[in-house]
Amino acid sequence: MARVVFTPNVQRHVACPEALAPGRNVREVLDNVFAANPQARSYVLDDQSGLRKHMTIFVDGRMIRDRARLADPVAENSTIYVFQALSGG
Amino acid sequence: MSDALLVSTRKGLFTVARKAHAWEIAAVDFLGDNVTLSLVDRRDGRRYAALDHGHFGVKLHRSTANGWEEIPTPVYPPKPEGYEEYDLWGRPLNWSTARIWALAAGGADEPGTIWCGTLPGGLFRSRDHGQSWDMVSALWEHPRRKEWMGGGADLPGIHSICVDPRDARRVWVAVSTGGIWFTADGGTTWTLRGNGMRAEYAPPERTHDPISQDVHCLVQCAGAPHRMWVQHHNGIFVSSDEARTFTEIADVEPSTFGFAVAVHPRDPDTAWFVPEIKDEKRIPDGGRLVVTRTRDGGKSFDVLREGLPQSHAYDVVYRHALALDDAGERLAFGSTTGGLWVSEDQGDRWACVTHTLPPVYAVRFA
Repeated sequence: MARVVFTPNVQRHVACPEALAPGRNVREVLDNVFAANPQARSYVLDDQSGLRKHMTIFVDGRMIRDRARLADPVAENSTIYVFQALSGG
Repeated sequence: MSDALLVSTRKGLFTVARKAHAWEIAAVDFLGDNVTLSLVDRRDGRRYAALDHGHFGVKLHRSTANGWEEIPTPVYPPKPEGYEEYDLWGRPLNWSTARIWALAAGGADEPGTIWCGTLPGGLFRSRDHGQSWDMVSALWEHPRRKEWMGGGADLPGIHSICVDPRDARRVWVAVSTGGIWFTADGGTTWTLRGNGMRAEYAPPERTHDPISQDVHCLVQCAGAPHRMWVQHHNGIFVSSDEARTFTEIADVEPSTFGFAVAVHPRDPDTAWFVPEIKDEKRIPDGGRLVVTRTRDGGKSFDVLREGLPQSHAYDVVYRHALALDDAGERLAFGSTTGGLWVSEDQGDRWACVTHTLPPVYAVRFA
């Protein structure tokens, strides 16, 4: 199970508690998290299920590269951080 | 006459109420958040607010008995496998709601129907008070939609929606930039209207092409729906045949450039504008903030300034930030520099409610 941690800034709008979810890549893990918390999905992903322009995700300290498909691999004990990108100002 | 205003600002939604001697801020919702637009549905009293959280995207909220609840935001369909289209910079165009730029109630005979115009150009309709949304695919898939360009933003968008009070299947939408589009069958088929508008910034062969027109705001007279007024990037235009053809209104002092227009609900010849100097100098002429008003279909204009700042005013009034109440008596507008003014006599005299609001994006009578 990967551990998923969301930025505290999003909590004001929608509850995104820390979660444990299975998956081989970022897409699979997030799909599992959002299956249990569907309202949070649109705060992180856009209409095409890509990562929102001003959001970013780090897996074990490395920023993901595939923002469209979220195919970056995730290990069994990975930690995924979902938070704002500084591009948003 | 309406005794309350909803003022959408960069930092919250302000309710401004008419008290014994003045209009005052009565409530603030979504304080700190970017509220870009609101809608008051007169059929059932529900209110809608569009928010743009930046990092977290565009959201919609609807009023409840006790406050607000988040409701679904219109969602673009998945891009077909292998399909791609590109923006002006050659980047893939993301089919995703980048802004809610228009909200309009459907007809009196279709309770719960709400229209929503967005960037990058999608038109959506809800039939259940915003609980779910369907894209109006015939317009999005129209082959000429790809000729739309950015106007008020990098991406094209639908900012004006007029539902015919005689027949709610007849709808006009205006695009910046992309002209005026009309459906007579509830959105199944669309035709481009707007002959007679002129885009002097376009190449000569495109100057009069209806799809090249940067309509800033389109409004329709409720009591005389054949009459439509346009504040265009290039000036003021008026139509007496449901936007099929337009006549340009030139030589209006101090300027014909601006974003907003309001038309009287029963008198099609009476309309209001808030002029800026010109497109490349978007400030009031001479630092004097004025409203222009015609009562004769554009033949002549009054320049209304009583109660408005007449020195070093640099207020810009966006396309949704001028409002007229249903009675056609009270006007209100808000500015980019946080000013809010109300008139109770069709613009003859204005009272400043405050000049310290966050930047104002939209004003609506509640």
